Amino acid sequence: MKHSFDIVVVGAGPAGLAAATAVAEAGRRVAVLDENPRVGGQIWRASLSKVARDRSKERAVARFEASGAKLFSGHQIVDGDAAGALESWVAATQSLETFSFERLILATGARERFLPFPGWTLPGVFGAGGLQALVRSGYDIRGKRVVVVGTGPLLLAVAAHLKQDGARVVLVAEQAPLSQLMQFGLSLITRPGKIVQGLSLRAQLANAQYRTGCWPVAALGDGTVTGVRLSDGSRTWTEACDLLACGFHLVPNTELATLLGCEVGDHGVVVDADQQTSVASVYCVGETTAIAGVDAALLQGRIAGLAAAGRASEARTLHMQRDAERSFGRRMDRAFALRKEMLTLAMPDTIVCRCEDVRFSQISQAAAPGNGWTNAKLQTRCGMGPCQGRICGPALNALFGWKNTSVRAPLFPLPIAALCSSPLATDDATTLVTQEN
Amino acid sequence: MRDGTAVNAAMIGLIVNGEALQVRRGSTVAAALLNAATACRISESGEPRTAVCGMGVCFECRATVDGIAQQRTCQMECRDGMVVETQR
Repeated sequence: MKHSFDIVVVGAGPAGLAAATAVAEAGRRVAVLDENPRVGGQIWRASLSKVARDRSKERAVARFEASGAKLFSGHQIVDGDAAGALESWVAATQSLETFSFERLILATGARERFLPFPGWTLPGVFGAGGLQALVRSGYDIRGKRVVVVGTGPLLLAVAAHLKQDGARVVLVAEQAPLSQLMQFGLSLITRPGKIVQGLSLRAQLANAQYRTGCWPVAALGDGTVTGVRLSDGSRTWTEACDLLACGFHLVPNTELATLLGCEVGDHGVVVDADQQTSVASVYCVGETTAIAGVDAALLQGRIAGLAAAGRASEARTLHMQRDAERSFGRRMDRAFALRKEMLTLAMPDTIVCRCEDVRFSQISQAAAPGNGWTNAKLQTRCGMGPCQGRICGPALNALFGWKNTSVRAPLFPLPIAALCSSPLATDDATTLVTQEN
Repeated sequence: MRDGTAVNAAMIGLIVNGEALQVRRGSTVAAALLNAATACRISESGEPRTAVCGMGVCFECRATVDGIAQQRTCQMECRDGMVVETQR
């Protein structure tokens, strides 16, 4: 199936919805493609849980729905060309669809960064945001003892949410030292709204311990997690738990931008004041440009939407506010910077690449001067499974500074039959095609 | 009961590794498997794995759904009568 729009937005999280709304209100034809079954992205993910309604989401979604923008849910982008076309895979119909556009706005968001440590592949160990998403999707955690470990503002938010959903949050272990967090707190003195958010999350956790300067050294259990070994550098101890949620801040999803030829820097996709990337027809917004939170995402989305619709001047009044949010993101990166102990948690037999079960010793043996990532891939199959290095890539980037610079289509695995022109015979469609390098 | 049909409108019935399971309407298949304490897949070296990222990135939640292997169950809502199997 082929579709044609003036502007296509990829991603229906806060940034993508704001962008598409601005485009549609400016009278241009716009489509939003998103892989999830519902709008909202991650932070505004549709929820079966009883956690209080989010008014800002409801307002944004209502305005989006009234704007005339067309939503395509369940569309996973697998290929694209900045000259004007994207190809999406629709799992529900097991078919590929093509979208042509004049301008493209990327709002592909971010994912959690994972760091390998002994036991992290045990059932019961989740991403922090991952566990929250699964609870919103119907996972019943009432009465479960949860320990939340890692770093970043997400830990507190997740812990508060899990508690509201009936979990017993035993401990939140933040690896950043208190001194670093205090500096961050002080730097927010001009942003009372953000301080209030943090304090109210902290207050909701009244009975749970919130400890800074401590981190997981091993998840324990046989077949499923039953506890976590923690350290503060001078002593180690064990906390019993039924679920372990771990997240080491976020990394932007830059794969599609890279495929389209957009310049990507250390923090994300590089953009100018109008959110335009190094490729003139492509804009980028939200966490994909740098981790800075939902307020930054909404502003960037609106700025890019207006700019892509030819009304960049109307967005100028938002630039200062956007820049302030961006600087909030940079301060957050500093406050939650990984301490060196986080980079030595993996033991020789710890699995690093979960798709191919490649262990740390295999990877460190394959590491050689020059491009370690390519060597590791060729020699160990690390990063060559279905996730295409989305989980082990950022981990190995943190551990060894390796960068995965080779991104190619298909961006996500496809059934082999999808590459043939004939309608798919689903019985034969189970062999996955992934990028090989 | 092994027919995997819902007992009321708020619930959905599915079959997980041959056993009937009721989940709330709107649940994803990954959440259903977690509620049933069932592995989504068995890894290359034989470990049971369940959903980790919850957002379609990590591919740990792959399972066989209605006969089609390699389905990311965290991105898929349950439908009445769905047949889900741990992917080996």
